Amino acid sequence: MDHDVWTRAARNAAPVPAALALIFALGLATLATPLAAQAPAPAPAPQTPDPVADLRAQLEALKAEYERRIADLEERLTDLQTAQGQAPAPGPATAEATPPPAPAPAPEAPPSQPAAPEGAAVPATEPGPGAGGAGGPSQTSNYFNPSVSVIGNFLAVGGQNRTENLPSAELRESELGIQAIVDPYARADFFISFGEHNVDVEEGFVTFTALPQSLLAKVGRMRAYFGKINTLHLHVLPWPDEPLPVVNLLGSDGWIGTGVSVARLLPIGDTFTEGTLQIFRGQAEDLFEEQRRSDLAYNGHYRVFKDLTDASNLDLGLSYATGPNGATPSSRTRLEGLDATYRWKPLQTASYRSVTLRGELFRSLRDQPGGVQRAIGWFAAGDYQLAKRWFVGARYETSDLARDASKRDTGEAATLTFWPSEFSQLRAELRRRHYSLTDETANELLLQLQFAIGAHGAHPF
Amino acid sequence: MKRILPVLFALVALASFGSAAEAKLRVVSSLQDFASIAQSIGSDRVETLALAKGYQDPHFVDAKPSFVLQLSRADLLIVAGLELEIGYLPPLIDQSRNDKIHPGNPGYLDGSVGCDILQRPTTQVTRAMGDVHPYGNPHYWTDPENGRVVARSIAARLSQLDAAGSATYQKNLAAFEARLTQKEAEWRAKMAPYAGTRIVTFHDSWPNFAKAFKLDIVGHVEPKPGIPPSPTHTLEIINLIQAQKVPVILVEPYFDRKTPDSIAARTGATVVTFYPSVGGTPAITDYFALFDTDINAFVAAVKGKK
Repeated sequence: MDHDVWTRAARNAAPVPAALALIFALGLATLATPLAAQAPAPAPAPQTPDPVADLRAQLEALKAEYERRIADLEERLTDLQTAQGQAPAPGPATAEATPPPAPAPAPEAPPSQPAAPEGAAVPATEPGPGAGGAGGPSQTSNYFNPSVSVIGNFLAVGGQNRTENLPSAELRESELGIQAIVDPYARADFFISFGEHNVDVEEGFVTFTALPQSLLAKVGRMRAYFGKINTLHLHVLPWPDEPLPVVNLLGSDGWIGTGVSVARLLPIGDTFTEGTLQIFRGQAEDLFEEQRRSDLAYNGHYRVFKDLTDASNLDLGLSYATGPNGATPSSRTRLEGLDATYRWKPLQTASYRSVTLRGELFRSLRDQPGGVQRAIGWFAAGDYQLAKRWFVGARYETSDLARDASKRDTGEAATLTFWPSEFSQLRAELRRRHYSLTDETANELLLQLQFAIGAHGAHPF
Repeated sequence: MKRILPVLFALVALASFGSAAEAKLRVVSSLQDFASIAQSIGSDRVETLALAKGYQDPHFVDAKPSFVLQLSRADLLIVAGLELEIGYLPPLIDQSRNDKIHPGNPGYLDGSVGCDILQRPTTQVTRAMGDVHPYGNPHYWTDPENGRVVARSIAARLSQLDAAGSATYQKNLAAFEARLTQKEAEWRAKMAPYAGTRIVTFHDSWPNFAKAFKLDIVGHVEPKPGIPPSPTHTLEIINLIQAQKVPVILVEPYFDRKTPDSIAARTGATVVTFYPSVGGTPAITDYFALFDTDINAFVAAVKGKK
């Protein structure tokens, strides 16, 4: 109940940013007016005859002086920017976490503030038309550039596998992340994944962060909130590959949908719970196939998170989804999911020792001409951190095929991961998989090297 | 119906009384240090809470959903800034559904503003330098004068958010500052005999402390920020400690003492657990106890060696 008090307060606060935006716009307008008024002013000046020659010379001198100063400023700015572009760590929410120019007047003020006076100051004092316009805006616009990061993902594979024949070496799904705040109400995130020959928008969405009623809405293309692993990008998985239930029941890259997602906080006392509802176009690779525009896919997720102690916590999720599968004009696939994650990480030695246990259970009910295929898949995995930079893990996975539930694939894997630093990672996975369609058992060694450059993203949790 | 109405009224009255009693400002900080200062300034008008524990590495805090809940209810969020919280706080703020605490709004306070920030890079930084902070060293509250600046910022911000409490906040600030001035004199007096002492620290967390108490940091056990000790670098540190007669190695409570202990065994230097934050041990209950504890530990370790 008192939670509502907070949300109401938040709602009341919403007009404030709106008012700020208005004031900002008005301010810009008034700053622009003198500029416009001044710009033509020098024009009549040259028309006036001789007596003004002195004045003109002075003006020229002034202009030269200002140009020199601007050039100087420009140089310093680019220096600053290059320094920032390379190292700074702005993560997903960078721009807001610490506004870009730390030494700037009020590091706390919204980024618009340091920029506005600067952009305004240059043209206002600039007598010559044009010169100010060229310098000012192009510099200040860099303040608002999104933070950019690239994560390289290299995979080498040894052993034999005729069913899932991965190349011996591949630079796969390198991810370009472009993220920034849109305005006082929203932020935007793009994750573009590059294979060697193709480019995909893995995710690209806007998040509305200032909604009332504890709501959080996303619009665009995003990984569906079905289970836990499906929401994660390939590079943050604890393995170099997606587990079988995801591959067989959600699609080889998991389920990515285009549409709208709305999540609401539903706290029970001091326990975090959240309900998410997603409505996507009825189209997803290997999973949904729309026949007409009104064929939509729906996904619901409920998450409960509980701190058991300071050092351990439990994360539970229930998912339910449905969408058209294209087998017949009215056939649908229904998906049910249960996910659980237990983490143990004593806070004082958090960077040296931790345990994560996770498991997910999916059921897929697929209408198709032969009858409903009821396929079940699950995995269970654990990771243990031995030392600051070393992790070992194991995974068991099994899943029926969505289109033929009488066939079941199984697999076991063991991983060893080494992090030279927070920004690079080496991983080896020994994997045995049995493929029911070809009745092949493949033993493979997957070696993965990942490296991140650019903005410092948030650590996955 | 007639019987129900009074009951309903009573409930509503109770509920409104409940919320009136809870009219305290909810202050959430990323660090226990700022929560402690905010508590001193806000006294009974505020309710404070810290996300990271004092004995935890403040760079690596998990973005737990339980924090989302705490942030969703906050009136004021105080952060250390300088990207100390870059690994976990931005997504938490986004998910908090609480517009008040978004950067740029009055409910977001960056404690570093106005503080004496050291090691702001003047040349280009790259990650070849390890996990460097491009805006300067974020462990600035280890200088009590920066604590004073933070206290003033908090008092000003609390007064802005809760004008009715302004007088209380100013009074508490004055008391805090008076106590700080008195304690600083005491701490400086204790540390004075050791001015200029060369020290080695595990991580580069102590430049502000060293500046405030005139210590000379000559090396770090970490070869570069965030990179664990390597054999060659450890050897260099051992040579350095011997050559420069470094009496102590300061280690934050959340780092592995294995390497510092082995360095100590080979050099005769003493390893001192040095607490960067309130809550580092149960004895460190507030910002003043933080310096009391660290300074007493330092003096005890160095005393015998001089």
